[in-house]
Amino acid sequence: MSATARKAGFGAALWDYLTTVDHKKIGILYLVAGIFFFILGGLEAMLIRIQLISPNNEFISAQFYNEVLTMHGTTMIFLAAMPLIFALMNAVVPLQIGARDVAFPFVNSLGFWLFFFGGVMLNVSWFVTGAPDAGWTAYAPLSIFSEGHGVDFYAIGLQISGFGTLMGGINFIVTVVNMRAPGMTYMRMPLFTWTAFIASVLILFAFPALTVGLFMLTFDRLFGANFFDPAMGGNAIIWEHLFWIFGHPEVYILILPAFGVFSEVIPTFAKKRLFGYSSMVFATVLIAFLGFMVWAHHMFTVGLGPIANSIFAVATMAIAVPTGIKIFNWLFTLWGGSIRLTSPMVFALGFIPTFTIGGMTGVMLASAAADFQYHDSYFVVAHFHYVIVGGVVLGLFAGIIYWWPKMFGTMLNEKLNHWFFWLFFIGFHLTFFIQHFLGLMGMPRRYWKFLPDQGLDLFNLISTIGAFFMAVGTIVFLYNVIITQVKGVKVSGDPWDARTLEWAIPSPPPFYNFKQEPLVRGLDPLWIEKTEGNGKIQPATPLGDIHMPNNSFVPFMMSLGLFIAGFGVMFQGTYWVLAVIGFGITAGSMLYRSFKDDLGYHVHKEDLEDEKGDGSNG
Amino acid sequence: MMKGWMSKFKAIFALVVLALVLSGCTGKPFLSALQPKGEGAEMIYDLMILSIIIMLVVFVVVMVIYTFVIVKYRQKKDDPDFMPKQTEGNHALETLWTVIPIILLLILAVPTVQYTFALADTSPELNEEGEEQDSLWVNITGAQYWWHFEYQDMEVSTSQELYIPVDRRVYLSMGSQDVIHSFWVPSIDGKMDVNPTGNTNEMTLLAKEEGVYWGKCAELCGPSHSIMDFKVIAVSPGEFEQWIKDMQGVTGEETPESATAQEGQQLFQDNCMTCHAIGSSPNKIGPNLTNFGDRIKLGGYLDYNKENLVEWIQTKGLGEDGNMKPGNQMTSAPYELSDEEAAKIAEYLMTLSPSGITPENAKDGVYKDSDLKSLFPKEEEETEGQGESQEDNKDEESSQGSDESSDGSNEGSSEENNDE
Repeated sequence: MSATARKAGFGAALWDYLTTVDHKKIGILYLVAGIFFFILGGLEAMLIRIQLISPNNEFISAQFYNEVLTMHGTTMIFLAAMPLIFALMNAVVPLQIGARDVAFPFVNSLGFWLFFFGGVMLNVSWFVTGAPDAGWTAYAPLSIFSEGHGVDFYAIGLQISGFGTLMGGINFIVTVVNMRAPGMTYMRMPLFTWTAFIASVLILFAFPALTVGLFMLTFDRLFGANFFDPAMGGNAIIWEHLFWIFGHPEVYILILPAFGVFSEVIPTFAKKRLFGYSSMVFATVLIAFLGFMVWAHHMFTVGLGPIANSIFAVATMAIAVPTGIKIFNWLFTLWGGSIRLTSPMVFALGFIPTFTIGGMTGVMLASAAADFQYHDSYFVVAHFHYVIVGGVVLGLFAGIIYWWPKMFGTMLNEKLNHWFFWLFFIGFHLTFFIQHFLGLMGMPRRYWKFLPDQGLDLFNLISTIGAFFMAVGTIVFLYNVIITQVKGVKVSGDPWDARTLEWAIPSPPPFYNFKQEPLVRGLDPLWIEKTEGNGKIQPATPLGDIHMPNNSFVPFMMSLGLFIAGFGVMFQGTYWVLAVIGFGITAGSMLYRSFKDDLGYHVHKEDLEDEKGDGSNG
Repeated sequence: MMKGWMSKFKAIFALVVLALVLSGCTGKPFLSALQPKGEGAEMIYDLMILSIIIMLVVFVVVMVIYTFVIVKYRQKKDDPDFMPKQTEGNHALETLWTVIPIILLLILAVPTVQYTFALADTSPELNEEGEEQDSLWVNITGAQYWWHFEYQDMEVSTSQELYIPVDRRVYLSMGSQDVIHSFWVPSIDGKMDVNPTGNTNEMTLLAKEEGVYWGKCAELCGPSHSIMDFKVIAVSPGEFEQWIKDMQGVTGEETPESATAQEGQQLFQDNCMTCHAIGSSPNKIGPNLTNFGDRIKLGGYLDYNKENLVEWIQTKGLGEDGNMKPGNQMTSAPYELSDEEAAKIAEYLMTLSPSGITPENAKDGVYKDSDLKSLFPKEEEETEGQGESQEDNKDEESSQGSDESSDGSNEGSSEENNDE
């Protein structure tokens, strides 16, 4: 942080971000990367919708269409939604629990760079032999037989970025368990921290299944293993199990933090504490727990038999109960409140009916017998977009707008945010509501083209029109981001009149977050101080030296090494040299890290006393 | 900007609902799960309606509370500093919205489990006396990007268009030659995955009305996944019986009438027979062409005409623009033909119509009944002497629609019974 960071100029800023271990900057890195991939995935979605604007359309070829649909799903889940979740977790969780940083700042940085290089690797496939084309689920044996290197990029790219996610998850578990400020008991943690914590636990248990599956897929494709090739005695169904044992919890990894965002936004703008806090926590834990025993509801038509199908059907329905508890708790948080319709709140209010519909179709899909009709049709496409866009994406944007001042010290234009919301929201329902009907009318998903005279023309056209609304809405948001940052009007530490600890310090917070450890006296600590104290958080410890970690370029190099090695493994032959170089860089970086003592540095008490007016800890 | 946004929302919602109703969102009868024409589809439709009703109750409750709180509890302009009571929770309410959903879900769970078991049941149908009937089994093979149908123990094979008798359960045993496919005829039944070796799936199919139904592949299987369409042609049992018998006689050596077609046959035998069988050959490298002349569509979805067929043969299924069946396996066939030769083959193929029963019979409203017993020679010997008259069997046929909803299963066709 010391010498290099103070150098002015773009180069220095870039170097600062390449080497940073500060959770707030890593949050910004995740945000920028996540939004970049969100735009990329959005463009892929637009290609899909343009292709399906009319029957028998041949705007893009069948092979390219399959690549686009695969990359749309993969990008949106792994490269857009996941990093944006991590962006909010990084930006907010340490502040909400009164910590100076996450438990392992170095690992945090490593997690980001692994994700980033994994994502880049996946997208390099567009330029080398074509992108993966077997769907984001990459069902074997289609993924085994797929020609070119597309699916290799999928397997190795996701493997690398999956390591990053796994590390991030572990990091947040340790952070929440160990680094809470004095008085911040588990049952005083803000709901966003709770959901981030539970999502991290899910990551810890779910991602290894993906890791194993991807290794097997990689070995099948590159080294002649036959785990999934039926002709060689393998079994394709194993991949489906492995994928969904990861894949279903993944849905909750995404949605729980979004629930957390709404549980912050709604109390803030209803000016009321969260209704049924403890049942919210309980519901979160229960959803996570049940989330691991329902994966086979993605496989009702595989032929598992009626016993397995029935068990998984009933288990899946059970998840509706804790989810319903949450919906009603939010509604009763609003009940009797004083509701301000700020843009994050409007996103939250848009979320409630949308997600309720997504939950309803979820229960419908859980009904195994009925799923024989819904499965792999546009009904499913509609359902999971209601959950993932109507739940996760609305939650992410609510969170991004809500915490934007905390991350950047500026405030996004409210009027443009409302425009963004309405365009996106109306576009969303136009696009996806009728897809329920398309599915029931006999249109399976992942269809490159549909035929005329099958009654599918009009709804597909409407769906495409809706997609354009969403695209325009997103452009409004991007424009808003640019003009807000160009103007750069600074706001106070607590622009929303909020309730939790992160709003007690300046926006953006100083690099050490809290000058002194804050003393937490209950749920919504800042609100307690506002209503019962002098409006400022009391310190729990006297002012002292703060120990900070040094920046490091090692995480970047470690990830770069794996990125290079991935190509070697993939292309083999003379390219093996790339694998040697790549693994060499990674191993060398690890050795360097192991043998070099990096004890960090101290911010001295005297320097802290000099800084004033930040309002932190009184 | 936010003034009256609720009313805006309501107006939009009303418009969407209206648009859906006006445009008739139930789709086409030959493709839509919302217009069930078969046993499975009907059961599932009932379950769908039940679940939609339960879910709508929940949705209405949520929306009423939602609308109320947003209208009622907006920040007051005249009292922006109003301090709401900081409620922690309410045990009675929280119990209420835990228990009621559990009850609603149980109401849905019971028929779900029931139907899940019922739809997985592939035991033989019973007649009125409680005796097991002969089961008509069809082996279905999915391949990139076509379907093969083999009538078990009947030495009949065909591809792309599956003939079945109405009002009679047909038992399907399904496997794939390459990747995973999924067999879906939405208006007759739900779908079932078609897995590669070792994971054979079984299901039943019972159509309650004659007709030509569209089938779709529902599991991503490659570039031409979306055009791996097939048809299910449901004809009356008597017509089905006749079709099977006509198909059984085919050897592929039958000489067509016209001289061009005869030349085409020779060319076909020289160039195409490695993969394409005519007759009941076990060869299923490529689609079986026994009754190709009766096909409704070419390649499952293209207009059936000579021009398309010649283009198909000449481009090995790719089409001039590469969009006929991209990624299909015919591209590896080594043949080379002149346009003239291709036209001759096309002419020959279009004469292949060994049966008087064609898709037209599914639409003509003629209903011929049969117990199909003559199709199960072995079984017949065993059951001989039980003295069931043809008359009795007819009655059984018309009343054995299904367990749950046998009444009315023959409504559409019972009148035509008399035409026989």
